[in-house]
Amino acid sequence: MSNGEHLSKQYDHELEALRARILHMGGLVEAQLQSAIDSYERPDEKLAQSVIDGDRLVNEQEVELDGVVVNMIVRRQPTAGDLRLIIGVARTVTELERIGDEATKIARAAKWMFDKQRSLRSPRLRDIHSSALAAGKMLRGALDAFARLDAAAAASIIEEDRGVDQQFQAILRQLITFMMEDPRTISPSLDAVWVAKAIERIGDHAKNIAEHVIFVAQGADVRHASPEEIARAVSQE
Amino acid sequence: MGDTADAGTLESLQQGAAADAAGAVKAEVSGLSFYYGDFRGLKDMSLSVHSNRVTALIGPSGCGKSTFLRCFNRIHDLYPGNRYEGSIRLHPDNVNILSKDVDPIDVRMRIGMVFQKPSPFPTTIFENVAYGLRLRGLAPRAAVVDKVEQSLRAAALWDEVKDRLHGLASNLSGGQQQRLCIARALAADPELLLFDEPTSALDPIATASIEELITELKESVTILIVTHNMQQAARCSDYTAFLYMGELVEFGETDQIFIRPGRKETEDYITGRFG
Repeated sequence: MSNGEHLSKQYDHELEALRARILHMGGLVEAQLQSAIDSYERPDEKLAQSVIDGDRLVNEQEVELDGVVVNMIVRRQPTAGDLRLIIGVARTVTELERIGDEATKIARAAKWMFDKQRSLRSPRLRDIHSSALAAGKMLRGALDAFARLDAAAAASIIEEDRGVDQQFQAILRQLITFMMEDPRTISPSLDAVWVAKAIERIGDHAKNIAEHVIFVAQGADVRHASPEEIARAVSQE
Repeated sequence: MGDTADAGTLESLQQGAAADAAGAVKAEVSGLSFYYGDFRGLKDMSLSVHSNRVTALIGPSGCGKSTFLRCFNRIHDLYPGNRYEGSIRLHPDNVNILSKDVDPIDVRMRIGMVFQKPSPFPTTIFENVAYGLRLRGLAPRAAVVDKVEQSLRAAALWDEVKDRLHGLASNLSGGQQQRLCIARALAADPELLLFDEPTSALDPIATASIEELITELKESVTILIVTHNMQQAARCSDYTAFLYMGELVEFGETDQIFIRPGRKETEDYITGRFG
């Protein structure tokens, strides 16, 4: 991707503003995710409610950024690296909005737990915590890779998703064991399954963002590609 | 000048037939350089023009796009001091159209050209299309009438002019005049059509109709088009060549050139970073 300046300075400003806005939206979603996890672990009803309310901002940013993307396509008719950046932003916006939705699901589970005076003081909470940390790290890494258009960093994020998926499977196995051993844990365990699933989906969306980064940086579409194909795409500097 | 034409030999006919059967290459440009006197306008260009495909030539002003296009119908021969090096071999007969032994008129019978500005002859619509046919010796009036209609239909102009075929061509709109020029070129049953910025003097509606026509025409003829309009190249062409200072910088499928160009110079040009 060329880093030179356009003959149109205004176009440069618009592209720079677009990148800044997607990273700003990423920051907002990251904060939403962190608050959602905190609200679930404590649990904290007010914090959970603030996440649920905050999703409106994420949705607004999605609509606004989509508008900017459509406007730039119409007015600038972008090509090559510019086109890939704009398409990459459009795809990433959707991923971020969905991460926002998953954070809201976690916050709803936290609120529900608080309302029902439930508590999950068990090893599976620690596993959900570490799974959330891993998914949050993936999201942060994907956004950093987007900021730097670093395809190699993006490829390593894609690799990390396997770990988050495995953690989800492990949590599921543990929760099934708990439910079998003590039917009284069925209801809170099911809540935990929804939360774990939301975290696992966040990992998937972060992985998708990393794939979009590779598309923007290298022009290679690595969605559904094997690890070997991704490695090949990234090495084509 | 290039090497001697070898049309007519069994070997060349076999090679030509093979290339045509593959449906791959209509013209093979090899090591083409062109000189305006001492100035080297084209530098050692090589590329394949694919059959029944549209190949767009893009690049900044003065890069050699039109010079390259004009090599194909030997217009440069009209001016003294111009000379070619290398070859352009036209399939299926594998003849080097730049060879001194090949008559430029024969080349122009096979390769038509449409210019930037519509250039109808100062006569009727009918005569504009019939002129080339008569020049080629097509005498029976019925045959000429049929061919004129066929050409005007192919150029998507028939319905608009069928009731005024004997009216002056200069009374047509700019877009219609350009389509008339295309009909005139099509009447000679060309194998290759050259378009030199065919829509730069037209409004968006007329431009759209010419672009639509180009897409339809490629079913029957191979097309080379020079354009300054990058979106037009992206819309109409299957292959794109980017030229800069007389050199071929990059040649590839249009999708690849406009989404993932291989050369930084190409990317800088098509994204508007070209200083």
